[in-house]
Amino acid sequence: LHCVSVLLTPRAVNVDLQTDAMLQVDISDALSERDKVKFTVHTKSTLPNFKQNEFSVVRQHEEFIWLHDSFVENEEYAGYIIPPAPPRPDFDASREKLQKLGEGEGSMTKEEFTKMKQELEAEYLAIFKKTVAMHEVFLCRVAAHPVLRKDLNFHVFLEYNQDLSVRGKNKKEKLEDFFKNVVKSADGVLVAGVKDVDDFFEHEKTFLLEYHNRVKDASAKSDRMIRSHKNAADDINRIASSLYTLGTQDSTDLCKYEQMLSLDFTRSCLHKIEARIAADEDLKLADLLKYYLRESQAAKDLLYRRSRALVDYENANKALDKARAKNRDVLQAETSQQLCCHKFEKISESAKQELIDFKTRRVAAFRKNLVELAELELKHAKGNLQLLQGCLGILKGNT
Amino acid sequence: MADTARDAPPEQTDFHELEDGEELFPEPATTQESQPASLAAEDISTNSNGPKQDSLFDDDPEDLFAEATEEVSLDSPERDVLLSDGPSPAITPITPPTSVITPRIGHTHDDMFTHSSFDEIEEEEGGDSFDIHISVSDPEKVGDGMNAYMAYKVTTKTSMSLFKRSEFAVKRRFSDFLGLHSKLASKYLHIGYIVPPAPEKSIVGMTKVKVGKEDQSSNEFVEKRRSALERYLMRTVKHPILLKDPDVLQFLESSELPRAVSTQALSSAGLLRMVNKAADAVNKMTIKMNESDAWFEEKQQHFENLDVQLRKLHTSVESLVCHRKELSVNTAQFAKSAAMLGNSEDHTALSRALSQLAEVEEKIDQLHQDQANADFYLFSELLGDYVRLLTAVKGVFDHRMKTWQKWQDSQMLLQKKREAEAKLQFTNKPDKLQQAKDEIKEEIEELEGKVQQGERDFEQISKTIRKEVSRFEKERVKDFKTIIIKYLESLVQTQQQLIKYWEAFLPEAKAIS
Repeated sequence: LHCVSVLLTPRAVNVDLQTDAMLQVDISDALSERDKVKFTVHTKSTLPNFKQNEFSVVRQHEEFIWLHDSFVENEEYAGYIIPPAPPRPDFDASREKLQKLGEGEGSMTKEEFTKMKQELEAEYLAIFKKTVAMHEVFLCRVAAHPVLRKDLNFHVFLEYNQDLSVRGKNKKEKLEDFFKNVVKSADGVLVAGVKDVDDFFEHEKTFLLEYHNRVKDASAKSDRMIRSHKNAADDINRIASSLYTLGTQDSTDLCKYEQMLSLDFTRSCLHKIEARIAADEDLKLADLLKYYLRESQAAKDLLYRRSRALVDYENANKALDKARAKNRDVLQAETSQQLCCHKFEKISESAKQELIDFKTRRVAAFRKNLVELAELELKHAKGNLQLLQGCLGILKGNT
Repeated sequence: MADTARDAPPEQTDFHELEDGEELFPEPATTQESQPASLAAEDISTNSNGPKQDSLFDDDPEDLFAEATEEVSLDSPERDVLLSDGPSPAITPITPPTSVITPRIGHTHDDMFTHSSFDEIEEEEGGDSFDIHISVSDPEKVGDGMNAYMAYKVTTKTSMSLFKRSEFAVKRRFSDFLGLHSKLASKYLHIGYIVPPAPEKSIVGMTKVKVGKEDQSSNEFVEKRRSALERYLMRTVKHPILLKDPDVLQFLESSELPRAVSTQALSSAGLLRMVNKAADAVNKMTIKMNESDAWFEEKQQHFENLDVQLRKLHTSVESLVCHRKELSVNTAQFAKSAAMLGNSEDHTALSRALSQLAEVEEKIDQLHQDQANADFYLFSELLGDYVRLLTAVKGVFDHRMKTWQKWQDSQMLLQKKREAEAKLQFTNKPDKLQQAKDEIKEEIEELEGKVQQGERDFEQISKTIRKEVSRFEKERVKDFKTIIIKYLESLVQTQQQLIKYWEAFLPEAKAIS
């Protein structure tokens, strides 16, 4: 699945040059059932804690989310950018379209119906491939992270071949999450106002806040652009079919055969051109932007956690001063302050590295994508040009 | 006037009219070539569907043509083609058609050229191939407020000897075009010629222009109309018969044109038209014609199908134009967004690349816009034209039905009169008998004439329609092919531009490190 490599660092996913052994994870298969997708997670590892060197389990989307949330909730990982959770597989729109097509079968020609069905099936397949890729990327990022790869839950996720029984969050839990986020954003505003002593983090904070918003905007706009393009491509498809029907009905034309041939050619020509472009832009640009939207959010979360730790640290300092002044519970206050200090420093240290890595990853991913986008656009434009010129040759030759 | 001619044996009639014809022709430059041109020259169809009756023309020609131009040759090779089998309508062939094809200007000088083939007429022009180009340009607002109107410059460039000069221009307004169409329609539609319809009126669009709104939508409206008027004129002059119509020539050449007031939508003439249209629709439903000629049935079905297809296609193209415009807007917005993203990116090379991407997308947006215009002007408008043309085609078939009906009505009336005549034998008023007998005999003679005329008219319009349909189909196929080619060429240009843009961008993307 070529989506995957796009979003990962040039740093090799599977070969670990550090002390730990090799850990390679991928999604080798996936099955789309009525309302769920079953991913076959395949692991190859020389890590001692696994019973075998190679094994597979079947997981569903909720289990990925469970794993992601367990990372987020783990205090130990406060200083890392937690790889963003994969989005929920969403085939509703595609399924609806297929259903509508089935209902409207009587109102269009067999030709049109077959064409549209092929289109929609291709669309379904594309969405399917994408969701598999997103889930795989998540696992690979975890496997690539020097600390997260050692996580126990992760190993259970990879190895335990029974259902993990992690039902989706119920209403109460979802509500709790919602409030947690609300509090966080209020805090976020508060915390963002405090100027950081450390230049690096101050810069990162400013940068990330702005960057995240702009990526969000760009992602939304690119989605809209692609939707328009798909609409136009659908129209072209319909037009091409109509032209073809017109041509085949023309019994008076002397050069009927050539006419049909050229019309057919024109039709497939036009169709290929528009459909291709829409698909490629989608893959490269939109996916990239969407992914970095999530990643930049994860980076922001890290900064937030650090800020929170800083605030806690500062509060602990104040408490210690007060305790010393009153000469009461000094030891307790000292311990508390030391803990906070330690926590803050630990987070700061790892956060710095994480943010530097984030930048490296981001730049590399954008570079790869933009280059591939340009190359694909060129390849298709050139191919289309050839197709069109061939088509014109036939049409003009018949005069 | 035409009626009196019918009673006499046709040859003599034609002879008389022949002499008149030479003087009645209004054009001052009465070259020999233009004379036959002004007539709705009925001819022996050059297409293989010519009815068998043409074999009867062998006897007449020499006399008729003694006075006329010598270029018309009746022993042309085309006639052999005609004498071959074609589906012949189930009518007994009689005398050559007379004034059924009279253009209603009131002259009946058409008959002598009933025998010329289409091709021959064109050859008569002294080797004039069809070479005329009309452009409509320079829309200019004249006047103010609600009485304002747009004046367009109509420029004709031609090498045809039909015209006095090879290049000339006049100023016309929209109602002039409508007036032209109205005149042509009243002259030619009812005898089976497919007269191209004029562009549609638009009260909303025009009001905006009158009120003086100088915005993009009113500019687009004017451009759309200008283009439509140009296509209308070109289509009209492409028709060999219409080209030579004096009204058309006057429209193109004379600097002053009487104002066509009856084209106003709410005028009495306009209302009359609407009433007539409604009446026609009702009549059409009640006419049940015995179609003896499968060709017509097949063609009518063909045009029904074509109509459905074209409308469908038109809708799709309009949808495409809409979506492309949307795409253009969205691409522009994305470009801006990408530029902002580039601004906030703190890695310099990536930042630059993103800005470049934004620029590329902006250029692509412009491409989309241009493409949308091409979609519109090339495709959508052409389809609209053809949807309207098909209405004219269907109208012509309807006229044929009406002609048939008229003929049948005359026949029925004749039948009744004959029965009445027979009954007269048994009347018990001997003194009035002779008078009644004479009266009825007169009526019968008149009706017999009408029946004959009706049959000839029907036959004539059938022949004309066959020719017209064949011409229409040829034109249609040619038009569509031309448009498709132009459209593909515009796509080629787009691809070439895209290649340029992305080739410029690629090194920037690669430069990110």
